[in-house]
Amino acid sequence: MSKFRKDGKKRMPAISTASLPDIVFMLLFFFMVTTVMRETTLFVSVTTPQATEIKKLKKKSLVSYIYIGSPVKRMQSSYGTAARIQLNDAFASVDEIQEFIAAEREARDEKEIPYMTTSIKADETVKMGIITDVKQELRKANALKINYSTRKGTY
Amino acid sequence: MASKRRGLPEINAGSMADIAFLLLIFFLVTTTMDQDTGIARKLPPMPEEELQEDDSQIHAKNIYTVLINSHNQLLVEGELMDISQLKDGAKKFINNNGIDPNSSENPEKAIISLQNDRGTEYMTYIRVQNELAAAYTDLRNNASLNEFGERYADLNKTQMKEIRKMYPQKISEAEPKNIGGDE
Repeated sequence: MSKFRKDGKKRMPAISTASLPDIVFMLLFFFMVTTVMRETTLFVSVTTPQATEIKKLKKKSLVSYIYIGSPVKRMQSSYGTAARIQLNDAFASVDEIQEFIAAEREARDEKEIPYMTTSIKADETVKMGIITDVKQELRKANALKINYSTRKGTY
Repeated sequence: MASKRRGLPEINAGSMADIAFLLLIFFLVTTTMDQDTGIARKLPPMPEEELQEDDSQIHAKNIYTVLINSHNQLLVEGELMDISQLKDGAKKFINNNGIDPNSSENPEKAIISLQNDRGTEYMTYIRVQNELAAAYTDLRNNASLNEFGERYADLNKTQMKEIRKMYPQKISEAEPKNIGGDE
């Protein structure tokens, strides 16, 4: 093999694509591992408010979510536009929260109960009245660790 | 390219990339990378009857009252205030150390009392919570830079505890009331 070939046309060597599947598979596994499928379908539209002093919510398995906001477009004909609470997969009233917390506790190990957090995912336009009610119910249920879900951002 | 040996025919792996791509795109679309973030707070336990007594022992000057009405306006220590000033106001109050006789005695005794109306917008409420938390973060950062030469978030557990003792975050929320204005 001579280093300086003089004969005729130079042809571009074909790039080997043999390793392409490997690369793609690597990416695929990365996304498969990091992906989190959404468990509940949201019936309320929620745009969380912005804040700067935020903390990451660890231990997702120990978090129960309470969604508060006005119903999404397709539900508005039957439920109106007033802010509502969603627990799991259904609209709920304020007095159902204690039951919900009890059910969430039942599903967890007894040792983990003190570490359980309730994340309040409320829309930024919601009035505090409904949130105060929810907080009172959480106090009654003795679920005192809460987290106001917010986005990172400045004003 | 046929192999000369008799045996298993080679499997064409050319479409492997396509299949993998398809799966990759599926996961790309369904994936949600957003980590849940938020402001962590602890609710006070439901009041019991006997708890009322120790309220009187807190001097009024150690309490920084923040009221939010249904028009999202702030009344801080009896005066109308813009949200942007709240952080500095709170910092000044907490770090007073008895200089102003009408303000807090020391950071350990300083309490911020927050009260909102049922008609207050959630966004405003979160912003107030955020500003108050930011005031404490700033003070803790300053203290830890002075004491240990590092930011609060970089300290180890015992150092953090020490700083937290200097600046305990005492934000109390009064029992819900209806302050001025309809919903």
